[in-house]
Amino acid sequence: MARRRLIEAVNDALVEEMERDPKVVIYGEDVELSIVGDMRGLHDRFGHDRIRNTPICEATLTGMAVGLASAGYRPVLHMMFSNFIYTGMDAIANQMAKLRLMTGGQLELPITVIAGYGGGAANAAQHSDSGYPMLMNLGGINVLTPSTAADAKGLLKTAIRGRNPSFFLEPSGRGGDQGEVPDGEHLIPLGTASVRRTGDDVTLVAIGRMVRPALAAADALAEQGIGIEVIDPRTLVPFDATTLLASVAKTGRLVVVDEARECCSAASQIAALVAEHGFDSLRAPIQRVTTPNVAMPYAPNAEARIIPGEARIKAAVLAVVPGKSGAGAVRATATPRPGGA
Amino acid sequence: MGTTEFSVREPTAKEPTATEPTATELAGLYERMLLIRRTEERLSADSAAGKLPGAVHLYIGEEAVAVGVCAHLGDRDYVTSTHRGHGHYLAKGGDLRAMMAEIWGKREGICRGMGGSMHVADLSKGILGANGIVGAGLAIATGAAFGARLDGSGHVAVCFFGDGAANQGVLMETLNVSTLWQLPVIFVCENNMFSEFTPSHEVTAGRIADRARAFAMPTHEVDGNDVVAVWQAAGQAVERGRAGGGPSFIEARTYRIQGHFEAERFVLAGGRYREDAEIAEWRARDPLERLRARLMSSGELGPDTLGALDAQALQRVDDAAAFAEAGQPADPDLALTLMFAGAGE
Repeated sequence: MARRRLIEAVNDALVEEMERDPKVVIYGEDVELSIVGDMRGLHDRFGHDRIRNTPICEATLTGMAVGLASAGYRPVLHMMFSNFIYTGMDAIANQMAKLRLMTGGQLELPITVIAGYGGGAANAAQHSDSGYPMLMNLGGINVLTPSTAADAKGLLKTAIRGRNPSFFLEPSGRGGDQGEVPDGEHLIPLGTASVRRTGDDVTLVAIGRMVRPALAAADALAEQGIGIEVIDPRTLVPFDATTLLASVAKTGRLVVVDEARECCSAASQIAALVAEHGFDSLRAPIQRVTTPNVAMPYAPNAEARIIPGEARIKAAVLAVVPGKSGAGAVRATATPRPGGA
Repeated sequence: MGTTEFSVREPTAKEPTATEPTATELAGLYERMLLIRRTEERLSADSAAGKLPGAVHLYIGEEAVAVGVCAHLGDRDYVTSTHRGHGHYLAKGGDLRAMMAEIWGKREGICRGMGGSMHVADLSKGILGANGIVGAGLAIATGAAFGARLDGSGHVAVCFFGDGAANQGVLMETLNVSTLWQLPVIFVCENNMFSEFTPSHEVTAGRIADRARAFAMPTHEVDGNDVVAVWQAAGQAVERGRAGGGPSFIEARTYRIQGHFEAERFVLAGGRYREDAEIAEWRARDPLERLRARLMSSGELGPDTLGALDAQALQRVDDAAAFAEAGQPADPDLALTLMFAGAGE
């Protein structure tokens, strides 16, 4: 095991895959200097034909990934912030996600797109979205949301070697988080959740950046005698329903923490899945702890008000555990409600 | 940092020059144009007869562009196409029967009935697909050309797009990046005078070719109804791309004889966007008839040979339509397994 920061683990994965396969080519805005840090040193090591800066033109960058993959390469496109995915959306939604079906399976598109997501760094509304629900809805895109250095490395390597388009979403502001990364070849199959903590009373699903506050909430509530099982899905597409349903069958209670906006969030999809396939196990209403349907404000205190944090997670858990909360606690604490027009 | 080994276009030692097609090449161009024309006529009839499940956007009158360009390409060269893509597919060597079956929504279709008329693709022939999103092929072709550039193989990518797509911002982006990286991509703007149901001049400022000139890209403006003119310009552009001379731009002026799609009269509900006289004027410049007249007058092909070619094209189209009609319905479960590679295996 080696102790690595999350961005170092990403860097390690890229180096290993570029060494392994000369068809892996990286491009994107400012990848040579690597402002994010995850690609630092790669340009010196691999040269301009393997990694290069591009103009700022996301509509072209995503479309080029389709063409480059069609020509037999494994493009890795860095889009910096996940909000910039919107500018490049046509080639993602209409080409990448659909061309395999549209060509009757003739085409394989082993494309990896890397982008940071999430708030908490005073980056304001246009640099803070958690855009994965939109990607989940496309049907033909793998969606990866690692929360640890080890998972980041193992998932990214799997994505780059894969046969399908994958979005690897790095938690913004968590690049410095350190963790143990296994030595040697480390690959994690897509669609395998990680049970980060076991417990018998409540299943707490936490996505990406939300794993840390979820674990903190679980540790704190353990002192009150509440056993919380924390599940990190690691990939939203494909999704490991088996691990989740087995946990809910044991606990009978589900709380889902998701930094995406509530409407059609990943939390909504997970809640629907359990309502459909695990209803008989449920002993309390499912709780979603999400960002309300608002744009991310700039001021740190305003951001903290809407991004799910430890306090809101604890309140949501307490609301479904008998004898631990009063009536009405759920509505007051799960996700704040924006005023309607 | 910031400079690349091929960021600035060096004038190539020898700019490609136009040549004349041989008699054999001319006959090949005629044969291919004829096949496209007869295919599109058959699809027009089958669409009107209600035999096709979806809309078809036909290429009648524009055949010289696809054929004149693709005559220079091999299977390892790439093309991206448009929603009006049957002509590009056939010009690039795509299989007619499989295309016809695709348009009929059959299991034997080149895309197994999952793509349809607007998305015919044959990867084995370098046909990356017709595309229903106007302008989407620009970036895909640029990416494929990036791959060819990295391969150092001398292959090129051709992007066919229309005057409508020329107004998409992605044209500026791809002209920029392909010039910057000297990618072997050939932008072929088929200016057929219409953006769907709007005359192009109402929505287009300036000359489209000038957009490429702004990047100092070698640019050709040609009569898109003159297959020899297209063939000559494309020959130079392809040669330039193969030799590492970077991208080229061809604006081929032509005319869309058919509507935006067959059966458009039902959605137009009596509305009009052009005059019959204009269509008649362009029919008089029919690229197929022009080539035929040239072949006749030069004596390169006699009436008997031309008649045999006509019969042969018709026979191929009849055979393909019969093949499509007799095909099996598409597998309705295919969509459930085909989205991800490896999922259904």
